[in-house]
Amino acid sequence: MENLLNRLLVNIARTLLNSAKDLLPIIVVIAFFQLVILKQPIPNWEDILIGTLFVVIGLALFINGLQVALFPIGENIAYAFAKKGSIVWLLIFAFALGFGTTIAEPALIAVSAEAAKVAASAGLISDLVDARDSYAYGLRITVAFSVGLAILIGVIRIIKGWPLQYLIIGGYVGVVIMTAFAPKEIIGIAYDSGGVTTSTVTVPLVTALGVGLASSIRGRNPMIDGFGLIALASLTPMIFVMAYGMVVH
Amino acid sequence: MALLSQLLNTLLQTLLDLIPIIAIIFGFQIIVLRQKIANFKNILLGLFYVLLGLGFFLVGLEKALFPLGKLMATQLTDPAFIYSGLKSIPITLHWADYIWVYLFAAAIGFSTTIAEPSLIAVAIKANSVSGGTIGVWGLRVAVAIGVAAGISLGTFRIVTGTPLHYYIIAGYIIVIIQTMRAPKMIIPLAYDSGGVTTSTVTVPLVAALGLGLAGTVPGRSVIIDGFGLIAFASLFPMITVMGYAQLSEWRYKKSQKVTNDKENN
Repeated sequence: MENLLNRLLVNIARTLLNSAKDLLPIIVVIAFFQLVILKQPIPNWEDILIGTLFVVIGLALFINGLQVALFPIGENIAYAFAKKGSIVWLLIFAFALGFGTTIAEPALIAVSAEAAKVAASAGLISDLVDARDSYAYGLRITVAFSVGLAILIGVIRIIKGWPLQYLIIGGYVGVVIMTAFAPKEIIGIAYDSGGVTTSTVTVPLVTALGVGLASSIRGRNPMIDGFGLIALASLTPMIFVMAYGMVVH
Repeated sequence: MALLSQLLNTLLQTLLDLIPIIAIIFGFQIIVLRQKIANFKNILLGLFYVLLGLGFFLVGLEKALFPLGKLMATQLTDPAFIYSGLKSIPITLHWADYIWVYLFAAAIGFSTTIAEPSLIAVAIKANSVSGGTIGVWGLRVAVAIGVAAGISLGTFRIVTGTPLHYYIIAGYIIVIIQTMRAPKMIIPLAYDSGGVTTSTVTVPLVAALGLGLAGTVPGRSVIIDGFGLIAFASLFPMITVMGYAQLSEWRYKKSQKVTNDKENN
């Protein structure tokens, strides 16, 4: 019993130490710029200390939960679908997962609201609460739809074994062409929207799903075919948000 | 007490964020696949860790990192600070006068990427899938260097006011050329690392830097120039991760050649 407790404590200490190591660069950078370059004291000592401690504990817990829950969940569902062999259900699931995880994403809600403000102040839509809300909502649906589509296409790609680069480079060419035609105000937001869609919970799940699918389908290599879902999910929102800008403005 | 209520609030928010994802996955598993969830107790415990972990992580960021980081971003981009480093007050600022901004952008980009939880997740996965060929730290450092270079160049773009898409298109061309030459194994992972870098830790700080800079540099518009730093942060890691693989391959080939030469002698 004592032995078990000891092991647990050692384990906890090790994870905490690892998280502290992950955080060390930020602490060094902030301390250096604040004290040496800006020559200012660190404000609110206690808050910063408590906050940093929270970040370390949080990161350690998250990494633990990742290994115990998020990775196995993603892998199990991939194996289960591969065993069932129903491609239609797998594709429905892929779309639902992409759409469902994105529509409720807080970062996306914040960015859409910001984009609506920007569009209103640029005179692209009328500056009324209703107009802004419906613009922001439309943007959210657009991004969520495009992420669902990305995961769906990504799963088809894993099944078929298509090389990822053709899809991604093709998508980039699409982005470049759209950039020439989209309203100037939407371009920055569109480019940024690709980055906000992939949250901390979604990334491990989707990665485990892709790798799990690639390892359970014969002839697929988890390294070559398993990764790539995140890349697609970051690409499609750019295209669709620019399209949204062209349609709405 | 305020801290506790903030923590509870964040936990609730995270729970609301987590529920749709879990509902979709378990829903499909139970209704469509008609399967029991293996190790249900462990998984629930793990999800609880994730929830608690993200809660603490986000509150900690709000409390420590974000206020200070954002404050520093505004201070460093403040013309008063930039003038203080110059001997005489010039009529127009030269792009080189913003040197501390570029350095800060690179440093903060690098360090926040190292702490990014989703990148840690992908690195752990890549390490186990590749059988250890890809190191967890190797990948993370390669991505972090990419983000650092990207954000630093992004702030330079805001200062000089050159159009965003020139940089992005040039970056894409480099990515395409590298894709043709880099080892096949790394390509999907390199593309994925572009997407994972911009998450919980990096985005708020980088956005503050971009908006602060666009707001203080004369002639820049917050709307047109303030956004777009995230795009830089997603593009450059692809280049550095493929570069990392190319470099490892090149060194491996070189060492092979050396041993071959030795054997021949």
